[in-house]
Amino acid sequence: MKLVTGNDLESGDVVWWTGDGWSRHVADAVDAGHAGESIAATEEAARRVNSPYVIDATATADGPRPAHIKDRIRAAGPTVRPDLGVRPADANRGEWVI
Amino acid sequence: MYKYDEYDQAIVDARVGEFRDQVNRRISGEMSEDQFKPLRLMNGLYLQLHAYMLRVAVPYGTMDARQMHMLATIARKYDKGYGHFTTRQNIQYNWIKLDQAPDILAELATVEMHAIQTSGNCIRNISSDQFAGAAADEVEDPRPWAELLRQWSTFHPEFSYLPRKFKIAVIGAEEDRAAVKLHDIGLQLYRNDAGEVGFRLFAGGGMGRTPMIAPVIREWLPKGDLLSYVESCLRVYNRYGRRDNMYKARIKILVHEIGAAEYARQVEEEWAHVKTLGLDPPASEFERIAGYFAPPAYDADLPDTVDRTDPDFTLWIDQNVSAHKQPGYAVVTISLKPAEGIPGDASADQIDLMADLADKYGHDELRVTHAQNIVLPHVRKRDLHTIWQALEGAGLATPNLDLISDIIACPGLDYCSLANARSIPLAQKIAGRFADLDRQRDVGELKLKISGCINACGHHHAGHIGILGVDRKGEENYQLSFGGSAAEDTSLAKIIGPGFNEDGVVDAVEKAVETYRGLRTEGERFLDTYRRVGLAPFKEAIYG
Ligand code: SF4
Repeated sequence: MKLVTGNDLESGDVVWWTGDGWSRHVADAVDAGHAGESIAATEEAARRVNSPYVIDATATADGPRPAHIKDRIRAAGPTVRPDLGVRPADANRGEWVI
Repeated sequence: MYKYDEYDQAIVDARVGEFRDQVNRRISGEMSEDQFKPLRLMNGLYLQLHAYMLRVAVPYGTMDARQMHMLATIARKYDKGYGHFTTRQNIQYNWIKLDQAPDILAELATVEMHAIQTSGNCIRNISSDQFAGAAADEVEDPRPWAELLRQWSTFHPEFSYLPRKFKIAVIGAEEDRAAVKLHDIGLQLYRNDAGEVGFRLFAGGGMGRTPMIAPVIREWLPKGDLLSYVESCLRVYNRYGRRDNMYKARIKILVHEIGAAEYARQVEEEWAHVKTLGLDPPASEFERIAGYFAPPAYDADLPDTVDRTDPDFTLWIDQNVSAHKQPGYAVVTISLKPAEGIPGDASADQIDLMADLADKYGHDELRVTHAQNIVLPHVRKRDLHTIWQALEGAGLATPNLDLISDIIACPGLDYCSLANARSIPLAQKIAGRFADLDRQRDVGELKLKISGCINACGHHHAGHIGILGVDRKGEENYQLSFGGSAAEDTSLAKIIGPGFNEDGVVDAVEKAVETYRGLRTEGERFLDTYRRVGLAPFKEAIYG
């Protein structure tokens, strides 16, 4: 599957395209199919998100899992500071990244 | 410590106002990211993996307690309660919100700090010896010269759009604690046979994807000619640096391509003209600046001994305390490399505590080191025990300076958008493998440096052991190199063979260390043994 991701303009937070907006949780991300690049272009032009780009991901029971470790770290937060991540209470978060 | 005059303050305040307006225009949608990006970078604001990152300049790594307290305040008020001290003697905040960035800069301006020229193709923050003004082996304090260069380079109109970024370091001692030969320009104050002090100027060094050791461009430069000569060096580079290819745009490529002698010839030719322009300040102006760096009012007749009855305290003294030029005084290096910690990170409370100690016991001065530690440059030996106890209570008394766990590590893939691999977890694993302090001390000085990509912010080229993170088909992989040094015996580390995964590189480092222990002769460091015996026995032990 293809996801669209970027950073929120004001907060800089990592955000994921949900089909009708942006979420901080990768679990909310939807498959953008072939529309990824045009969604990214439209959203960037509308100043709703910073530097969006399209990535590969796989659908899992826990939601989409980005193909590249960089995007998994973006989705979960720094591996060395689990307390600061998006899912601080999730004990399996580290395994999900690696 | 230098104090801003009305001009310094006015330009910094004006810059805050200008940036606030730019941020407002970006948030309102008036400006695109393409338009805004160069403007935010000029103010040290990057967009990293998780958020905006703000890099704040610490001029030549020197601060007073008030400034250090402000760094803690910013960490607490605008970030997630911590900051990261960098190999450029600066501090970075990882979780900055765009709309708050101008407020942060406004707060910094109240303590004479800013984030100007911490990014972009300009002359960056000048770096220096963290022991400047205190080191027993110093010929002259380099900081007044670093300050002069700071004033000259700040908003220098001709050098705001160089072919690439430009880094200058200044030292005043034989021992090189600032890696001068790995800078675009390195300056070393030394005394000649006639007893005069002047500069030796190196140019064309650097790390990054094409590491090079800077050759000497001028063996002797009278101090009063510093600005005109450095201006001439920059002019030649600005004219001929490779703007067509960002990977070849640093001065090191120019100096390498045309040769040091030809570069020096062109600089001399340029200088013949620049020297006549009146750029070098009159002696009175330099004296004004130097006056701010007068030595603190040392107490005379202090005891020059330390009570060594407490073994833990003694361990810390032996490892983290250095000789001061003034009897009765010492230089303290506070390690930001505790076991399981993140190299260079400090919490707001720890930053406040270090500021308090500087205020109470350290003549109101602190330094940031390029090895990501903090220095109290002037402390009375009789206060060392009290300082140690306070540091111990805050997790800041790790006695590991220059040992294998005193690792330089860049933020890597945990934070940095350019990274290929994580640096910090690897640093933690290696430090964990060598957790036994007796073993570390037996191994002795071993500078291990990790970068998460070829940009080499973690100085891996200059590590006795250097590690570079690479991306191998989407997996983190690490290249190991040996034999680098950033000290006066500068050398570049060489890759030893195929790379490893994270656990593999930890094992390989351990094998290398044990090989060294088996081969060393009396007094040899890892680096010395490696230089004497070469790579073969290490390679045999690792790849077998
Ligand atoms: S070396 Fe690379 S990964 Fe590390 S901080 Fe620099 S740019 Fe980022």
